[in-house]
Amino acid sequence: MEKKKLLEVEGLRVSFQTHGGTVQAVRGVSFSLHEGETLAVVGESGCGKSVTARSIMRLIPEHIGRITEGHIRFQDKDLTALTEKQMRELRGSQISMIFQDSMTALNPTITIGEQIMEGIIRHQKVSRQEAREQAVETLKLVGIANPESRLKQYLHQFSGGMRQRIMIAIAFVCRPKILIADEPTTALDVTIQAQILDLFKRLQEQTGVSIIMITHDLGVVAKIANRVNVMYAGQVVESGAVRDIFYHPQHPYTRGLLGSMPRLDSERDIPLKSIPGTPPDLFAPPQGCAFAARCEYALEVCGRYQPETTTVCERHRVACWLQDPRAKNIWPQRDEATG
Amino acid sequence: MGVRKLLEVNGLKRYFSLGKNQLLKAIDDVSFEIYEGETFGLVGESGCGKSTTGRTVIGLYPPTQGEVLYEGKNVHKLKGKELQRFNMKMQMIFQDPYASLNPRMIVADIITESMEINGSYSRRERHERAHELLEMVGLNKEHANRFPHEFSGGQRQRIGIARALASNPQMVIADEPISALDVSVQAQVVNLMKRLQRERNLSYLFIAHDLAMVKHISDRIGVMYLGNLVELTTSDQLYKNPKHPYTQALLSAIPVPDPDVELSRERIQIEGDVPSPINPPAGCVFRTRCPLAKPVCAEQKPVWQEVASQHYVACHLYN
Repeated sequence: MEKKKLLEVEGLRVSFQTHGGTVQAVRGVSFSLHEGETLAVVGESGCGKSVTARSIMRLIPEHIGRITEGHIRFQDKDLTALTEKQMRELRGSQISMIFQDSMTALNPTITIGEQIMEGIIRHQKVSRQEAREQAVETLKLVGIANPESRLKQYLHQFSGGMRQRIMIAIAFVCRPKILIADEPTTALDVTIQAQILDLFKRLQEQTGVSIIMITHDLGVVAKIANRVNVMYAGQVVESGAVRDIFYHPQHPYTRGLLGSMPRLDSERDIPLKSIPGTPPDLFAPPQGCAFAARCEYALEVCGRYQPETTTVCERHRVACWLQDPRAKNIWPQRDEATG
Repeated sequence: MGVRKLLEVNGLKRYFSLGKNQLLKAIDDVSFEIYEGETFGLVGESGCGKSTTGRTVIGLYPPTQGEVLYEGKNVHKLKGKELQRFNMKMQMIFQDPYASLNPRMIVADIITESMEINGSYSRRERHERAHELLEMVGLNKEHANRFPHEFSGGQRQRIGIARALASNPQMVIADEPISALDVSVQAQVVNLMKRLQRERNLSYLFIAHDLAMVKHISDRIGVMYLGNLVELTTSDQLYKNPKHPYTQALLSAIPVPDPDVELSRERIQIEGDVPSPINPPAGCVFRTRCPLAKPVCAEQKPVWQEVASQHYVACHLYN
């Protein structure tokens, strides 16, 4: 079942210069994306999930932000070393991105047809006629009725769900190998969200595209992901197959996140398991484990040294001192959810 | 759950004029009651009129038709002392913890502004009360002299809650109080709201789009669609036995944080988008997306009726 590695991020560090000092937004992130899989990146605001995605696209604004360390490998190329011109060849044709807010990500003064065709004309040597045909084809694929006449319309003539479909069409028109979607359904209502998530699934089944889905909603993760990276304070604290993360979470933060979400089928009178406190300040990240201050299981060592990433079982990795053989075994063996 | 009826909303309508003879029907016939000590959840997707309902109930908007009775008195006809008393008894918590606190006021003054308006408290009394309230919501009195920008979103929402509690209200309207917060912080705020409710016998009108969270906190839930209440029942009934096709679709559209459940789950798909409230469909407002629509749905507006004990639905399937 092991598929080919498509993208590999290794030791990525990104920081931003601001008036208040240097923010270390991403602090040593490593992961890989395989062909045809959906990798969900979850975490709360400010955990660095969007910055990681933008680093892959090299969309970090250069005057304030910088990739200070690490490599991003895609098809024998190191994306961190490419020139802007080389990068432009990749964006849209090999790797595409979908943003949360379609109203600001798309241009309101150009017809959606022009915006979809822009990518084709930029990357392929085809006539306008052919580009238009491809655009129509892609609009059909993302589920927009009457694509020929819709091409001539502007953004404001579409509803929120439709605009998201158009953004997906723009990202997908050159059939890239990787789609990066940054909170693509957060601004949508649940019934529309369900439609869009189904669309992602269908696109993947039909074309085998790999998807990186950035979200804070664990429900979305459960629905769409094969693998999950849980991020906290600029680091990946746990990663693994979706069932590992939901049924055998190892990191206290992952467990806290899962416990703080109410479920439709859960009992009402049990209080939600909240995580006390707030994430650390990334202007001055803590010396030890970033989660230690909020962690009910924190040991003395947690405040002093960063935990190493250990492998729990195949491709399930966690960065936590509780995994150390010298630490007490906290979780009831492989825990209640096992059955 | 108490039995005393605190709030009664009867046939409430609220239209907004958009000029050119266009009328936006934000609320079109909504009726419900809230009892002492209970949490009534109001859910629906954006533009369904749930926030307008909250704002009309507390008197921020006058109704176009219908009435809101609080302890038997029409909220929109109160004047003078009676209005002031009502304003103390019903308070509101807002969605945006950044926009709803005045950035130029210190926390102690924000929290006790209602006491200042009341006029019968000294500055010292107010600040003592602010300290007490801050501790009640899980902050401490050192926070009283700071400005809102010094706090995180979750802490600000606690300040908003402390402000709502300053006048010792009986009822609090919470309009999406947690949707701007991160998941782990949402749980903190919801647990706080539940604790305060137990301690002070508060009634909540909890407005939100997150049905899982609304179910967690509410005793009874009303589901709104395009300005209409389509279903109302206890939160267990709503989850176990939803009657209205919209409620069924809404429940099945919410992704459950459990991959195996997600895999095996059957979904009721509804197509398309919510129609505009400017020219809502005639008859049943949901019929344009309803998988079970019949011809009668286009002709007549369904009647709001009790189909089982404490279970109200407006749908032609149950006529």
